[in-house]
Amino acid sequence: MADNNPYPGENNTGHIWDDNIRELDNPVPGWWMIAFWASIIFFFGYGVLYPMYPIGQKPTQGVLGWTQIKEYQEGLDEVMAVRAEFENQLKEMTAQEILANPGLADYTEASVRVLFGDNCAPCHGGGGQGGPGYPVLADDDWLFGGTVETIQQTITMGRKGIMTAHGKILSDAEADKLVDAIVAGDPQSDPNFLQKGCIACHGMDGKGMQMLGSANLTDGIYRFVPGEGQSIKDSVKQTILHGVNDVTDPQTREAVMPSFGDRLSKDEIKKLAVFVYKFGGGQ
Amino acid sequence: MSAEQKSPQQSAIDELYDEAEHWNLNTGEETIHAKRMGGTWRKIKWLSASVWILLFIVPYLRIGDRQAILFDIPNRQFHILNMTILPQDFWMLSLLLLFFALLLAVSTALVGRVYCGYFCFQTVWTDVFTWLDEKLEGTPPKRRKLDKAKLDFTKFRIKFTKHFIWLLISVLTGISFVAWFYDAYDLWSDIFSLQAGSTAYGTIALFTAGTYVLAGYMREQACFWLCPYARIQGVMVDNTTLVPTYDFKRGEPRGRIVKGQSEDERTTGDCVDCKQCIAVCPTGVDIRHGQQEGCITCGLCIDACDLVMEKIDRPKGLIRYESLDVLEGGENRPLFKRPRVWVYGLIMSVALAGIGYGLSTLDALELKVIHARQPLFVLLSTGSIQNKYTLKVLNKMTKDVPVTITATGPEGLILVDADGIIAKHGKVTPRTVFLRVPKSNLKGENTPIIFQVEGEMSGEVFMGTRMSVFIGPKY
Ligand code: SF4
Ligand code: SF4
Repeated sequence: MADNNPYPGENNTGHIWDDNIRELDNPVPGWWMIAFWASIIFFFGYGVLYPMYPIGQKPTQGVLGWTQIKEYQEGLDEVMAVRAEFENQLKEMTAQEILANPGLADYTEASVRVLFGDNCAPCHGGGGQGGPGYPVLADDDWLFGGTVETIQQTITMGRKGIMTAHGKILSDAEADKLVDAIVAGDPQSDPNFLQKGCIACHGMDGKGMQMLGSANLTDGIYRFVPGEGQSIKDSVKQTILHGVNDVTDPQTREAVMPSFGDRLSKDEIKKLAVFVYKFGGGQ
Repeated sequence: MSAEQKSPQQSAIDELYDEAEHWNLNTGEETIHAKRMGGTWRKIKWLSASVWILLFIVPYLRIGDRQAILFDIPNRQFHILNMTILPQDFWMLSLLLLFFALLLAVSTALVGRVYCGYFCFQTVWTDVFTWLDEKLEGTPPKRRKLDKAKLDFTKFRIKFTKHFIWLLISVLTGISFVAWFYDAYDLWSDIFSLQAGSTAYGTIALFTAGTYVLAGYMREQACFWLCPYARIQGVMVDNTTLVPTYDFKRGEPRGRIVKGQSEDERTTGDCVDCKQCIAVCPTGVDIRHGQQEGCITCGLCIDACDLVMEKIDRPKGLIRYESLDVLEGGENRPLFKRPRVWVYGLIMSVALAGIGYGLSTLDALELKVIHARQPLFVLLSTGSIQNKYTLKVLNKMTKDVPVTITATGPEGLILVDADGIIAKHGKVTPRTVFLRVPKSNLKGENTPIIFQVEGEMSGEVFMGTRMSVFIGPKY
């Protein structure tokens, strides 16, 4: 083909289509060659500096000694360094003192959120809104007390509510009457409240005793919310008849908060207490 | 194959090539040394270019103890005269960009690439650089000769001086740009005491290199091959657009002046083919082929041709600002029949009105309210319902201000934990507060609430309000 090339002298490859479309053999542009060689140099340079060639069990390590985990650790250290300033201050302070210092309280709230999410939120909800069968932390109705110290104690030791089942000493009709009085917010109006010994735990006025962890029966806030298809009255009645954590009654309510004293450090618990306190119900 | 035996196809192709020769494509193999001469458009060009002096001097103006215009990126505060604009107000920036985009469109529809010819930094800096060429190396023929000459001491001295001044302008450009983002006086001292930080040095270096390469070497090539706006001009210009135009009806057939021939005997058109219009063109365009991609509508060829016409006593304006319609014997379409222009204008005024509204309602104190989602509400032992809110108080003033928060809503509403807030200046100060309302006072699930923030600075009271909602149980 080259012998009778109809377009001599223009450096074509001899490939001609449709009579006049030719493939020219022009040199590659200079900038392209520069980029080409630069990328090859980059490739080898990169392999020297960073882990790359899979030789043996481990790839070559690279002279910079860079690893992903190291970079992560450095990032983490940076965050820790920023936090250290606050954390050191918190160590010296009681929960009460932290609450009195708006800046540190804000820091505590922001920094302990993850810990709350991991340890507490599964039962109490991310915002302390409680869950089915688990108490609300954002209201001001506390079974064992709502000061920040008590909250701290609750987290450290855990809690276990106790109420004996009253199914054996109350007839169905008596139970209904008692339920009516409680839901109306006035338990004392039913003589059984006194006669069946409710006052021993819930107090003369029915407002509960935080020493015992007994519930306030007058404020309309219930530790056990009604289940599927239950009314509030059904639910209160169930608690009265079967009790809480009463091993003799298979239908009893279960209410146990595990202790976190051996899972979390003192400082972590202190911060969590501040966090819970600030949900809005702390006293 | 000899020339005589050309196939009909081949000669057709040759014809195409011949024709194409007129359209020599400027790909920068040859440096364009444009002739510089005076004239009306030359003067206008200097005037319009002088707006760029602002780039160099504005950073040094101050109001009180701070720079009059400072785009403080690290602190996310943008000071423009007495206003401080925070990222929260950035929606106005999109309106500003919209305004300028349409300004470009409307000006192009009316008078072609005026921006290119008179204002564009590429044109202006190139103009200054070529002015230096002329001052230091002489007229275009001299410059061409110097370029070809062997490097001796004179050439080295001239070239060195030139590149030195180019670099000086480039560095100054870089520093001036950075000075809009960095306290200008500090910048100078920081630069020389090596305190300025890598972003500042990097930006200065980038702008120095950019200015030096783009205005010193790329020049019209940037307009031809880099600039996207140059490419879309084709769709923005129409038959009614005023652009520098060669009046081919008057000019053709062009021909040299014949000695001894009187004006009455002349058979040629007005163009004497002196090629002055090409000689002065900064992009090397021959305007006599008509408007084309290379033309930045700088009007310099108009000056050149007018001067020639004056010399040979023919009427001026062989090359002039004219629309294609008029050139072809039509009339200029009146402005009200050009909907494109006033639709652009309308959108521009909407954008301007939006910016005006934004600037006039820039509150010194702004309040944002975020209702807690989990839980939406809680019942308290007192029988009240409690809602939790995060308030964010934005203080755009120059000092920290103690603020009072109030909330209005249903009867018996109590606001808790809202005391003693100090709004930090130029920052958002968050605060968690609670609202309590007796359950019996709630009429439905959602009750509207209005939060208000109030603060005082220098005897003036500033306020901001925000609607929110109080959520209660279903009934
Ligand atoms: S400057 Fe005027 S007269 Fe001279 S070639 Fe250009 S259009 Fe023709
Ligand atoms: S053709 Fe005329 S108006 Fe266009 S760029 Fe050249 S000198 Fe300027």
